[in-house]
Amino acid sequence: MPHKPPGVRITVDGTPVTGRPGQTIAAILIAAGRHSWRRGPSGSPRGVFCGIGVCFDCLVTVNGTRDVRACLRRADDGDAITTQPRTKGTP
Amino acid sequence: MTRHVVVIGAGPAGLGAATAAVRAGARVTLLDSADQAGGQYHRMPPDAYEARRPFRICESERCDWWPGAAVWALERRDSGPPRVHVVRGPDADGDGRRRCVLRADALVLAPGAHDRVLPFPGWELPGVVTAGAAQVLAKGERVAVGGRVLVAGTGPFLLPVAASLLDVGAHVLGVLEAGTAGALLRGWTRRPWELTGQAGKGAELAAYAARLARGRVPYRTGRGVVEARGDGRVEEVVTARLRGDWSVVPGSEQVLTVDALCVTHGFTPRLELPVAAGCALLDGFVAVDEDQATSVPGVYAAGEVTGIAGAPAARAEGVVAGWTAGGGTPGRLGATRRRRDEGRAFASRLAAAHPIGRRWAGWLRPDTIVCRCEETDYGTLRDAAASRLDARAVRLGTRAGLGPCQARICGPTLAELLDTNPHHRPIAWPIRLGELANPPAEPKEGT
Amino acid sequence: MIGAGIIGTACARELALAGVRVTLVDRAGAAGATTAHGEGNVLVSDKGPGPELRLAQFSRRLWPEVAGDGTEWQAKGGIVVATTGEGARELTAFAAAQRAAGVRAEPLDPAGLASAEPYLTRDVTAAVHYPDDAQVQPAGAAQALLDAALGEGATLLPGCEVLGAEVSGGRLRAVRTTGGTLTADLFVDAAGPWAGALSRSLGAPIDVRPRRGEILVTTPLPPTVFHKVYDADYVGAVGGDAAELQASAVVESTPAGTVLLGSSRRAAGFDERLQPEILSVIAERALRLFPCLSGVPVMRAYGGFRPYVADHLPIIGPDPRLDGLWHATGHEGAGIGLAPGTARLLTDLITGRTPEVDAAPFRVDRPAVLRRGAA
Ligand SMILES: Cc1cc2nc3c(=O)[nH]c(=O)nc-3n(C[C@H](O)[C@H](O)[C@H](O)COP(=O)(O)OP(=O)(O)OC[C@H]3O[C@@H](n4cnc5c(N)ncnc54)[C@H](O)[C@@H]3O)c2cc1C
Ligand SMILES: Cc1cc2nc3c(=O)[nH]c(=O)nc-3n(C[C@H](O)[C@H](O)[C@H](O)COP(=O)(O)OP(=O)(O)OC[C@H]3O[C@@H](n4cnc5c(N)ncnc54)[C@H](O)[C@@H]3O)c2cc1C
Ligand code: FES
Repeated sequence: MPHKPPGVRITVDGTPVTGRPGQTIAAILIAAGRHSWRRGPSGSPRGVFCGIGVCFDCLVTVNGTRDVRACLRRADDGDAITTQPRTKGTP
Repeated sequence: MTRHVVVIGAGPAGLGAATAAVRAGARVTLLDSADQAGGQYHRMPPDAYEARRPFRICESERCDWWPGAAVWALERRDSGPPRVHVVRGPDADGDGRRRCVLRADALVLAPGAHDRVLPFPGWELPGVVTAGAAQVLAKGERVAVGGRVLVAGTGPFLLPVAASLLDVGAHVLGVLEAGTAGALLRGWTRRPWELTGQAGKGAELAAYAARLARGRVPYRTGRGVVEARGDGRVEEVVTARLRGDWSVVPGSEQVLTVDALCVTHGFTPRLELPVAAGCALLDGFVAVDEDQATSVPGVYAAGEVTGIAGAPAARAEGVVAGWTAGGGTPGRLGATRRRRDEGRAFASRLAAAHPIGRRWAGWLRPDTIVCRCEETDYGTLRDAAASRLDARAVRLGTRAGLGPCQARICGPTLAELLDTNPHHRPIAWPIRLGELANPPAEPKEGT
Repeated sequence: MIGAGIIGTACARELALAGVRVTLVDRAGAAGATTAHGEGNVLVSDKGPGPELRLAQFSRRLWPEVAGDGTEWQAKGGIVVATTGEGARELTAFAAAQRAAGVRAEPLDPAGLASAEPYLTRDVTAAVHYPDDAQVQPAGAAQALLDAALGEGATLLPGCEVLGAEVSGGRLRAVRTTGGTLTADLFVDAAGPWAGALSRSLGAPIDVRPRRGEILVTTPLPPTVFHKVYDADYVGAVGGDAAELQASAVVESTPAGTVLLGSSRRAAGFDERLQPEILSVIAERALRLFPCLSGVPVMRAYGGFRPYVADHLPIIGPDPRLDGLWHATGHEGAGIGLAPGTARLLTDLITGRTPEVDAAPFRVDRPAVLRRGAA
């Protein structure tokens, strides 16, 4: 790439991750080498499966809003992502 | 009064429909849940989209383009097409989107399709993704799903996916087509005259094949992935030789080390909106006539919801649908109709060349997950299917298909195992309670 | 036994246990109709003193013994809250009358309420805890009842629709079905909201009508709602007139983590078409109780047709016009809860045992049941 475009900085469970503007949360996580972030009912790890918003495996909480499909949502600078276990935590 | 046509989905089919409806003299509202037009075919990174503003119809005065507008329900009425209930907001799945209701004189449904993936042991492991996911990440995000990747399943879509993976720097270990060479040949070469006009598609596939050859990616037929293994992530896959019915040839298993596996067993239409509108189905797709009219007056369907035939055919269908929906003179568009018919013929060849083998369930073990959301396994479903309960009661008891994806993924498999309608999803798109509780904003007249 | 919903399966089990040879027929599979389209509340809280409450209390006693595996039986208790001054007065008086009728109804102070339901709105004017309210997964419960019936020698004929009657000497001798003619000594109509149509086809019409109800299902959540929580309007809606739309909040969680938000009540015939504005009303009512659910997505809506009788009482007993025909239907929004009691009562009546609850209020010969006149 000839010049480095400005990055988008987000945090995932507090850890900073950087992506390119317009990238989805899922793409930023995968590019950063992270392949799972959600958990199924038994606690099994899940990440992207369908990539286009139909499988709901990639759900995350974004700035406090739960059940956001990471493969659809473009990251905004400063987004605080928290991962979602299925049965713990508060609504 | 000018006719108002609402087009749902801005992929090749919806774009074609909007363009033709405007040309026919109608006023159009074109909506898509995505914030870019183009659908699955014209994926591009946002910078490229911004630079090119590629779709003229979205700038047309007579077409109101609503990006980020998801249709969450269709409300059937005693007469006229259903009302279109939309949640609209800048952020996908954001909170506090606005609800609005569109009334249309005609409706064009063009919501497309998604990969169908048959279950196999370990398919729920992270790193196992659909071929479509790999494609979207590569084309739309310039991200490779993994470093050492295997592409497997069935259908011509395997080729462009492998090519895109090469383009973003992945090492593609191979492309495994489950169909046997014989089946492929029979499907593709029977009735060769049907390929005229689809030459573009053929050339496209040939180009992908050349790209794979340059990248030294082996393409093998009659072989599939029957298991994925790994600790918290896919680390290896077991491939095996498959017979024509996709039963496994014993002793043919091989283990490959991978960090990602991309699978597709064809496409399955997104039927929740057509089903909500009350449209009749035929062989798993929306039934349409020569003018793309569905069984519901005023409701048209186009693109992959009516059959899997690729983007050019989807566009041609969209043009016919939009023209008719917009009140265009009946019977026109001869050339487009021919292209559409060739596309449909092509689709049936595809289906013939890449059928799902009858014995695929032989891969499954009792503890293989079928419903990913609720982790219902094959053994549980088989036992429940043998009970004499109604299919709905079986689903309630096993929770299969009742999780967040609402059977979008496991539905076709459930339909095979139980006698159930997997496409009944009256809430077509999740809507937050606060958004639902708010009254709809009235769209201003003229929009 | 015509109809294999919760009522038909419960009655089949009870009759089979009493030594009666039972054949259960359903035009579809078992438990796929109303029983799979509602919620599974087993309630005493919503019933004022009277015959339905007595049947509910009786049923509630029987439930734990009939609930087996797969029924997801949870005796989690209910909490009814009022949010207005007048609502508080009504709820308090209602609870007092219920206590006099033997219902455990314990007033909750704000601190008690907050610890019982931490996410509930604080804008509550009165709250009453009903420890005996419980819940089952209705289709699972019907399956358990069916399995028990089959285990006692009953048989099930799925895909068999009853079309008409063969009557001779004033007695129902056989029914014509899509699977041929079936003879029996007794026929029980357990056809739920289709009991009106079935009874007409048998020549002894009863007035049971569908009363539509819709429910919203959220995505799975961490534990948020711990009891069954209702607003006090619910009690009014249950008893209300069939015609106009009523929606009062009923909020409960399921073992899978989803929260069910119910429910509407309206007369719409058998029209299944979704009405988004009704769903909106349900959401709005539920958020009044649990404002914190505002950001939670709804992933599904479903609905069914409650078998409605104008006087809000089920119909349990022999048909006075046609020997050999019995009815066990018309349970409206309480058929799950009332199933075991209904089954026991019907069996006692058929076998000549003395019923534990008075059967007279549920007899067929009532103005609300026969008011459309015999055809
Ligand atoms: C993930 C994926 C990637 C693909 N990549 C390629 C490729 O690279 N090359 C190729 O030749 N073919 C590709 N295909 C095949 C492709 O689907 C078709 O060739 C073509 O895009 C079909 O056009 P369409 O208009 O029917 O549907 P689509 O292009 O899928 O368009 C449908 C549109 O409807 C929208 N939509 C759906 N539901 C709603 C709703 N409820 N509310 C609002 N909007 C909604 C979607 O967001 C989407 O934009 C891909 C398919 C998939 C599933
Ligand atoms: C939205 C909603 C919420 C509800 N919530 C609750 C609740 O929380 N608690 C509660 O207790 N109740 C609740 N109910 C009510 C409860 O679901 C019903 O009262 C109960 O399911 C009725 O059971 P049934 O066996 O009488 O009817 P059904 O389950 O409808 O069974 C009748 C059966 O008869 C069969 N049948 C009909 N006609 C024929 C024929 N001619 N030949 C052969 N078979 C035939 C049908 O196929 C069907 O299987 C609710 C209902 C709704 C709609
Ligand atoms: S990956 Fe399937 S919904 Fe996001």
